[in-house]
Amino acid sequence: MTDVKIPNLDARVPHLELYLALRDAAGVAKRNLLRTVRTPELLLYSIQPVMMLVIFRYILGGAINSADVPGGSYVDFVVPSIFLTSGLVGAMTSAIGMAQDLKSGIVDRLRSLPMARSAVVTGRSLTDLIRSVIGLGVMIAAGVAVGFRFHSDLGHIILGIILVLALGYSFCWINAAIGMAVKDPSSAISASTGPTFLLMFASNAIVPTNTLPGWLQPIARNQPLSVTASAIRALFQGEPATHYVWLSIAWSAGISVCFFLVSYSLYTRTVKK
Amino acid sequence: MLKRTPFDQGDKQNSMITAHEVDKRFGKICALDGVSFEVERGTVVGLLGPNGAGKSTLIRILTTLLKPDSGYVRVAGLDAVSDGKRLRSIIGLAGQSAAVDELLTGRENLELIGLWYHMPKKEYRRRAQETLERLSLVGEADRQVKTYSGGMRRRLDLGASFIADSPVLFLDEPTTGLDPRTRNELWQLVEERVAAGATVLLTTQYMEEAEHLADKIVVIDKGKVIVEGTSGELKAKTGGAILEARVVHAADISRASLLMASLGRGEPRSDIDQRKVSIPAREGAELLLEAGRMFQEAGISLEDIGIRRPTLDEAFLVLTSGTQPLDIAKPSNQEATR
Ligand SMILES: Nc1ncnc2c1ncn2[C@@H]1O[C@H](COP(=O)(O)OP(=O)(O)O)[C@@H](O)[C@H]1O
Ligand SMILES: [Mg+2]
Repeated sequence: MTDVKIPNLDARVPHLELYLALRDAAGVAKRNLLRTVRTPELLLYSIQPVMMLVIFRYILGGAINSADVPGGSYVDFVVPSIFLTSGLVGAMTSAIGMAQDLKSGIVDRLRSLPMARSAVVTGRSLTDLIRSVIGLGVMIAAGVAVGFRFHSDLGHIILGIILVLALGYSFCWINAAIGMAVKDPSSAISASTGPTFLLMFASNAIVPTNTLPGWLQPIARNQPLSVTASAIRALFQGEPATHYVWLSIAWSAGISVCFFLVSYSLYTRTVKK
Repeated sequence: MLKRTPFDQGDKQNSMITAHEVDKRFGKICALDGVSFEVERGTVVGLLGPNGAGKSTLIRILTTLLKPDSGYVRVAGLDAVSDGKRLRSIIGLAGQSAAVDELLTGRENLELIGLWYHMPKKEYRRRAQETLERLSLVGEADRQVKTYSGGMRRRLDLGASFIADSPVLFLDEPTTGLDPRTRNELWQLVEERVAAGATVLLTTQYMEEAEHLADKIVVIDKGKVIVEGTSGELKAKTGGAILEARVVHAADISRASLLMASLGRGEPRSDIDQRKVSIPAREGAELLLEAGRMFQEAGISLEDIGIRRPTLDEAFLVLTSGTQPLDIAKPSNQEATR
């Protein structure tokens, strides 16, 4: 050890850099997943939407006149939105996890390691993606159990599922940024609840938008959650969906890019100080 | 290419860690104010200072977690700002708050850190196992860290900073809050790394720790380096000697203390239980005679009076007390120490 070997990073080929960055992120994701399965509280977030499903199907569903509902079946109307909201609620764990890491000394150590600086952030979102795939699987099973049915072909169903995951993924970035900004796990919960629930209720996800106040209707129809809900309903019911599919993709991509940049700059901010 | 920082020639050939005129402010607080020092290859430097002195801030700057407002730091010749990534690949950090993951097992913690040092899987698994053996944590390796005792966590945290055999280690208060036995275990672990050739910068609030581990001590307070040297040199710099008197009656303590204040420099320290008063003073028999005479005139009976070498703790107290009682530069009876 008498002579310090200093790696020559300039000589490294770019694809090795990329490989290492992905490997670092996979390591972060592995750690986060281990943490998630060992934190029962976080698992609650995955079960909550199942309760929502039951409430909307059997308690509120009776109060809503099926004639007001496009397509005429409240189950087929509401269940896809609950798939969607379960993704968004699950994405709140991003905020909590990020804040927990920042509060403990762990991020300091990670920043002192030669790992890619993006790994903590991309690893976090990778974790969330894996978690939402599992969560969505559970939700679909529960949805089918309460009477929801797909009425279209496999290609449309898969496209719908991808849209759900994409929106959830984009919200992970919003919440990761929130978590980094507030740096405290319990404030992270309340801070991330705000945008998520606002979008959920000012939308067509739970009730058709024509039951909302007039001024709110145009916003409620075009916000990310509503367009995605419309897109997947149409996709799952075998109706024309192109317009909403594109809107949904645009929203998810836009949010992901913007909030990845926000998260990444928040993460490296302390170093730039 | 790399922007060259000025004073390149200023780095000594053998300097592994260099801080040059480092300033760092947090809003109104000035955490570091022109800090400069060097750590030679293969040596241990103890950064000694009270809470809030700026120790952690300095460590964070050296490990690229913070950017200095001005000045520069280098590790193995690599500038922390412009060459951060390469710098990070040769250092190990054990920060002030333990950075091990409570929900993971000891082994998982170590293996992941090995992965993030970009070791191949085979290698990080082997090193994690070796490190666990070295830390005597083999029995607990596959238990979640939340079941570990405070000492075990600290050991694991320290071990994590060693896992890549990094040639340069930064340890921020590695033993604060630990019992003496655990502290000794950690000291041993650090000594093993030093024997293997590592260069270590550690911070501590304990004189004893700095004296035990460090080849050189840098005393820092309120963001400034006050003095640096070996523990012997530091003792000498505090004035060289302590005049200490033990009175017969505890009731005489406060009067004795007043009297001693006129004989030495700075604040006298009194210990009621031991009936002792002490103060940094110059050496020499005249002082002792004068003191004896003054006590006699004041009618204070003495059990004992003498001049002794200061303990390192006393040196530290004097060095970090805001008042400047000691004219260190004054050519008294102490030889020049640097
Ligand atoms: N991130 C920060 N924001 C604001 N003030 C800080 C920050 N970090 C440290 N300080 C302040 O800088 C000073 C030095 O702190 P620190 O380096 O942690 O001292 P030490 O480690 O020696 O106890 C303290 O007054 C502390 O309050
Ligand atoms: Mg500190």
